[in-house]
Amino acid sequence: MATVYVSYTPKNDEKQPEGLIQATIGKETVALLPVEIGNEKLNCIQAAQKVGTQIPHYCWHPALTVVASCRMCLVEVGERKPDGAVVMQPRVVPGCQTPVKDGTVIVTTTAKVHGAQQQTLEGILLNHPLDCPVCDKAGECMLQDYTYGYGRATSRMIEQKNTPANKPNLGPNVSLFTDRCIMCSRCVRFTREVAGTAELQIINRGNHAEINVFPGEALDNKLASNVVDLCPVGALCSNDFLYKHRVWNLKTVDSVCPDCSTGCSIHLDGNKNIVYRLRPRDNPKAQGHFMCDEGRLGYGYVNSKDRILKPTRLGKAILWKDATKDIRETFELAAKKDGSTVAMMVSPWMTSEEALLLAKWARTLSRDVRLALGPVPTVGKDDHYPKDRRGNDLNSAPKFTIRAEKCPNKKGVSEVLKQFQLRLHTFEDLLSWVDAGQLQAVYLAAGYPPRGQGWITTEQADKFKKVQTVVVHDLATSPVSDIATWVLPAAAFAEKEGTFVNHAGLAQAVRWGVTPSGDCRTDGQVFLDLLQRRGLAHVGTLRKELAKEVRYFAPLAEGELGEYGIHLETPQGA
Amino acid sequence: MPIKNDDVIWMKPPQIGLFEQLYVPAILQGLQTTVEHSIKALFGKGQVTQQFPEVEPKLPANYRGVHRLNRDEQGRVKCVACYMCSTACPAHCIDIVAAPAPTDWHKDGREKYPETFVIDELRCIYCGMCEQACPVDAIELTTLYDLTGMSREEMMFDKEKLLSVFDETTKPNAKFPNPVRTKAGRLGVASELADQGLTSSSTAQS
Repeated sequence: MATVYVSYTPKNDEKQPEGLIQATIGKETVALLPVEIGNEKLNCIQAAQKVGTQIPHYCWHPALTVVASCRMCLVEVGERKPDGAVVMQPRVVPGCQTPVKDGTVIVTTTAKVHGAQQQTLEGILLNHPLDCPVCDKAGECMLQDYTYGYGRATSRMIEQKNTPANKPNLGPNVSLFTDRCIMCSRCVRFTREVAGTAELQIINRGNHAEINVFPGEALDNKLASNVVDLCPVGALCSNDFLYKHRVWNLKTVDSVCPDCSTGCSIHLDGNKNIVYRLRPRDNPKAQGHFMCDEGRLGYGYVNSKDRILKPTRLGKAILWKDATKDIRETFELAAKKDGSTVAMMVSPWMTSEEALLLAKWARTLSRDVRLALGPVPTVGKDDHYPKDRRGNDLNSAPKFTIRAEKCPNKKGVSEVLKQFQLRLHTFEDLLSWVDAGQLQAVYLAAGYPPRGQGWITTEQADKFKKVQTVVVHDLATSPVSDIATWVLPAAAFAEKEGTFVNHAGLAQAVRWGVTPSGDCRTDGQVFLDLLQRRGLAHVGTLRKELAKEVRYFAPLAEGELGEYGIHLETPQGA
Repeated sequence: MPIKNDDVIWMKPPQIGLFEQLYVPAILQGLQTTVEHSIKALFGKGQVTQQFPEVEPKLPANYRGVHRLNRDEQGRVKCVACYMCSTACPAHCIDIVAAPAPTDWHKDGREKYPETFVIDELRCIYCGMCEQACPVDAIELTTLYDLTGMSREEMMFDKEKLLSVFDETTKPNAKFPNPVRTKAGRLGVASELADQGLTSSSTAQS
């Protein structure tokens, strides 16, 4: 067990915590708050975070190596001897580079530390252009925050500022505003340590140092846009989000990226029913700190005007209440004759709760209704990072993996379906039933984002012409929606709430950031209406129901998943 | 720098005594002004009625009327689409869509410009917060006061219309002269008005 002592600053209206120790450092008296860190290996920044003290830092990032180059985290460090005497080191040291041990004293409140922070910031700001009005980072910029919190109000710089030329196409997705850079080298270390492809470097020296790509290369790897989040200032900007909106207008919800079965935790930023960007959210249980560019830039279809926006019957727009009533009656009729002539497909883009509701509806129709999992889009094989300099796979332990399975909830939907019938039927099974002419009515809960070749080919869709009643519940038109009797608009991942289960069995909460466009309803709501249950689809209630009825989901009995989600299986290696 | 707790001074309203609690003296004091004015008006000395529209009022140069979007020396819109005005606007009447500026602007350090810039002049409360927030003095409130329109849509002023207000107010012998508040580098303009003989209209007419 190890105890670290961190200087304590009383916050407004906060009761003084117990166990404070008074110590004299130089001429100042400082209150020290002891904190137990157990056997953890921490640096001063992390140890101070344990008691809620923020040590400002730019170059240090928990997922990257320590370089201690920005000097923003300078603190006074010392030791509390067993007899209670506090002995300090004579100078300030970078907190990111200084590991703590039993008895370490971290002081952030003395005039010496404040002076060091102020001088560091003055140095960083010497060449910074202060073009905050046109900078995309303004509002979430660590340079703004720290200057406000620790810096000087005015600049004493009287020389001309350096104005190196911008590099608008550092890579296909990233622009570099060279003059805003503070040379923390986070981006360089990211491309070397996490992506491995090492496109970035620092060229020139001293005051003229700047970030650049190696000649003839571009910052073009599948993790490239993470440097935008890593950049503590507005030097690296996402081309996708460039000048689109100011960040203080965005409303952020915590959600899950739906584009592969890694299930990266994300922040979803939207405003006025437009999704503006996705950002990775730290989740030690899921993916760590980062996300891939495919997922980050894959949200475009949510804002698309080409989506199915109205329920239609044979091409004519109808009301929702007529649609659900007619569909229900048609399916009831078919199931009454012979339950096995009715089939439902649940795509791996549906949430687990929606899969449950649809499966329950199937069971209320008849015990023989067939359930099948929709096609699971798979592209190539799992893509592990870091790679080597040429982009080849390394054999070391991966820091980030982009899965080949390009859907968010295959596991969740499969487990729900397995609960309701012995065998998990695939889309091929469904096609073979259709081919054999065994089906009269088919409900295709698709919700596939429109990309690439689409989820169903024309030949596959043509087979459904044999089926009397086809209901397609989808985001965009597809070959099968052209021959369907009813076409219902589905809601995208950013418009609904529910649970996605990733490849490792981690259940995470998806939350809505924008309301469904057009006449869309959330899929869960449509299934509730088909089930003739009253009320709105409330995700907490449905999740409890899911935990009760499907054994795999039993750990979710609380109805809440927390920030990081809940493991439904024992994770491998644990 | 954030404000330190020690630097905050908490103000309290003064205690009211028994005499003030009667409120009658305060009411009488207020009536005194009214009575003074009505007596003045009776004898024709303090008439304040203006014969609008036959006689147009002479407004002070810091009157807050219709907005304009300023142009730079090359006639381009000065606005950099930073959204400060729309953020500051208490009536939420400014709508901006930003876009990367045309490439030939880049040499002047112009990377971002407003693709559209719309002010709902009906929703605006003419508080002037937008011009205070503007970091590049691009938006200003002119002395143009008689704003009329036949429909609500007409009162949604877009970028072209706001720029035309600039052209209208800056041409020689303009009826509505340049506003004087936000000229860069000159502080306390209102204090200079008296020297220029541009005092408030109500006193000027008396």
